[in-house]
Amino acid sequence: MIVRIPGLLRSYTAGADAVEIADCATVADALAALDARFPGLRFRIVDEQGAIRPHIKLFVDGDLARHLAAPAGGVRELMIVGALSGG
Amino acid sequence: MASPRKTAVAAPRRTTLLIATRKGLWTLAADASRRTWKLAGPHFLGHIVHHAVVDPRDGRTVLAAARTGHLGPTVFRSTDRGRTWKEAAQPPAFKPESGRTVDHTFWLAPGHPAEPGVWYAGTSPQGLFRSADGGATWTGVDGFNEHPQRKAWCGGDQDGTPDGAKLHSILVDPRDPRHLYIGMSSGGVFETTDAGGDWRPVNRGVRALFLPQPDAESGHDPHCVRLHPAEPDRLYQQNHCGIYRLDQPAERWVDIGATMPKSVGAIGFPLVVHPRDPDTLWVFPMDGTDVWPRVSPGGKPAAYRSVNGGKTWQRQATGLPKVQAWWTVKRQAMTVDSAPTVGVYFGTTSGEVWGSRDEGRTWKCLAQHLPHVYAVECA
Repeated sequence: MIVRIPGLLRSYTAGADAVEIADCATVADALAALDARFPGLRFRIVDEQGAIRPHIKLFVDGDLARHLAAPAGGVRELMIVGALSGG
Repeated sequence: MASPRKTAVAAPRRTTLLIATRKGLWTLAADASRRTWKLAGPHFLGHIVHHAVVDPRDGRTVLAAARTGHLGPTVFRSTDRGRTWKEAAQPPAFKPESGRTVDHTFWLAPGHPAEPGVWYAGTSPQGLFRSADGGATWTGVDGFNEHPQRKAWCGGDQDGTPDGAKLHSILVDPRDPRHLYIGMSSGGVFETTDAGGDWRPVNRGVRALFLPQPDAESGHDPHCVRLHPAEPDRLYQQNHCGIYRLDQPAERWVDIGATMPKSVGAIGFPLVVHPRDPDTLWVFPMDGTDVWPRVSPGGKPAAYRSVNGGKTWQRQATGLPKVQAWWTVKRQAMTVDSAPTVGVYFGTTSGEVWGSRDEGRTWKCLAQHLPHVYAVECA
């Protein structure tokens, strides 16, 4: 699948705005694969309790994923978005 | 007359300040006379940098605690005095089974000289973390984070001060790496003598006027606590309810804020101590009356210095704005250097950095137009 990387995380991906990873069963698996390739990225968007951080949104083929157990099998795109978080 | 407890003057070294702000990290480097300063940066532009500290044990390692509006909290590390940075492989984070999450790392403290590579971090909500590898990986200090009394001492994570209760003022006894103090904005001052295994409250004599029992054992709100390096049994604290000194083994803090001018009061956030003279300290009062405006009292900012352990205070405002200056100074945003005539420095909520090369007698603005300053430390 393609993972769309927002500007605020591109320091982890050497500037890449999209990266390709192998198909994953869940969003959790996708983020684990992403973190293995770009260490530290996952903790910036998921807290130590496994919750997606308040100002981060994850979209799986356009649908909002509210938790990491959301299925991701066969999806084409995981989009990471930094939502509005104030000044 | 000079205090007999004053220690020898360290060899002069050029002063560099680390300026941590709400929008990144800057440095201010002085020439040998400390008259000319050069601003450099930013590092981490747009990141909220709560604290940045150089390791005095090697003079090269720098840690910076950062997060952004979107992204979770982390620690960045440099081993070349800030030229290059790497992120901690395992930043401070609570154990999954705790149910708690670190919102931000608030305070960084190098460990004892006998334990190179050891650092401590205090977080919001209140947690204590330790690194044994120069800040690359962090683990919780279970003796505190999982202490059976922690909730009784500090309340729940939702009970804290605005912007989240903070664990700060991590103080290491220079005589004993196992002897530490911590300050908490929701809890008070606590001490361990077994490297964090067990803790006890050290709050007797400190008022907590916001509690049903003002003489409670815990639940206090120290804003900044300092241990004097030349006399480690002496502690000072700027508290939500005044200024205090403790000379252990005495168990009761002594109120040293009562002699501050009534029109200024004894409320503020920062407190710094002279690097060699245990009787000399500075505070920077703010308006803590009424609805707590948290600005300079009357719009007239001033440091106050005591040279006798807090018995009396002198106003130090020469060079500072005389009227209509409504900024103030946060708890990590004031520091001193170790020059023979000590330099005193502070950063403001309005993005200015001020310095004095004569122990606070005269002040000069060293930088302006920066973001809201969170911390100033000497490198």
